Amino acid sequence: MSTKVAIIDSGGANIASLVYALERIGKTAELTRDAAVIRAAEKVILPGVGAARDAMQRLRDAQLIDVIRSLKQPVLGVCLGMQLLADASEEEDVDCLGIIPGTVGKLSADAEHPVPNMGWCEVTGLRETHLLDDIGEQSYFYFVHSYALPVSEHTLATAMHSEPFTAITGHGNFLAAQFHPERSADAGSRLLRNFLYNRR
Amino acid sequence: MREGRVVKGVQFRNHRDVGDIVELATRYCAEGADELVFYDITASPDGRSVDRSWVSRVAAVLDIPFCVAGGIRSIDSAEEVLNKGADKISINTPALQNPGLITDLARRFGSQCVVVGVDSQQINDQYVVFQNTGDPNKTSAASYQTLDWVREAVDRGAGELVINCMNRDGVRSGYDCAQLQAVRAVCTVPIIASGGAGSMQHFAEVFATANVDGALAASVFHSAAISIPELKNFLLQAGVDIRPAESRTENLGV
Repeated sequence: MSTKVAIIDSGGANIASLVYALERIGKTAELTRDAAVIRAAEKVILPGVGAARDAMQRLRDAQLIDVIRSLKQPVLGVCLGMQLLADASEEEDVDCLGIIPGTVGKLSADAEHPVPNMGWCEVTGLRETHLLDDIGEQSYFYFVHSYALPVSEHTLATAMHSEPFTAITGHGNFLAAQFHPERSADAGSRLLRNFLYNRR
Repeated sequence: MREGRVVKGVQFRNHRDVGDIVELATRYCAEGADELVFYDITASPDGRSVDRSWVSRVAAVLDIPFCVAGGIRSIDSAEEVLNKGADKISINTPALQNPGLITDLARRFGSQCVVVGVDSQQINDQYVVFQNTGDPNKTSAASYQTLDWVREAVDRGAGELVINCMNRDGVRSGYDCAQLQAVRAVCTVPIIASGGAGSMQHFAEVFATANVDGALAASVFHSAAISIPELKNFLLQAGVDIRPAESRTENLGV
């Protein structure tokens, strides 16, 4: 099965890891800012690492804002890519893509909960989604972030810092993970497989 | 790492070869390590950068995060390592020589991938930072006390600290929990304890007493004195909140 996968080149530093992760599960992806390639792909991944304002500016410069908003095929936002799908981010008060309802907020630090939140966190409260097929309750994923989307009706799985936050979310054809599936061992690999090989 | 091979010394001296980098990385990943750190110990004392051809090879097989340290002294060298697939870069001597580098790296790549490595030991009731620790002939005390340096590094945007307690390096007598507690008390970013792991109990101890976010070890894993799955089961039973060792069956690229 040769699904065409486009990874939107958002200028983040985790793109090489993502490309390698897809290769390990037998997928070659095209890293691109070309609107035509993105529109024609069967699956689209929006990665991102760094600051929300810079990333939005890069998407704007590449004239991809409306392209992403109009995508009808399955789209997976990863880490900052997930936050960009939200309405807005409190990180430098930036307007985001407005695809998944909610405003991204800063994690609050205390002695037990350093920020950035970096490390393996348990994901719980899993809701029915093909993205989580064969992934059990209490699976661990690798997170690296200082901001997060609060839990809402669109939350498909939750993780815990000083407060619960959205680990996986979905709205229509848009799905997103706050963690890095490409660095989350078997559980992350399964999630990528579910996204790429599932026909839904 | 030295010249593309994995080596390990005792208290930063007398390094011996312990294996091929991709082979070892794959093995630790399969055994359930949560993160790997690669130090090029020859880089800073020689005043040169890391040979980075291996970063891509490691990135291609690993599905856990990894950090690269050694000779990263500019935005460009950091970018090269990150673009090759490293998740984090760790700076030590170059940060001491130019603290503004921490600020610049954090602004460009985000704090989450900027790790500051601190080589520290107690000298007359004070914790003091050392630099150029890769070469015993060039190692020297930096002008910082450890707690001052830790505060400055975090203020400048370090997203994580690896605190390497030098007098414990490779000697397997336990982590320096007192020193790590002192660092924890002045620091809100994640702290990785390094130096001194000799038994599974030492890991349990450092999590329980110093409230660190991770524990790094090399000798005990290179020599197979401690197996990672056994260690993880031991820590879970001791009540430490960690990712359980899973039996890795898929996706290891070998």
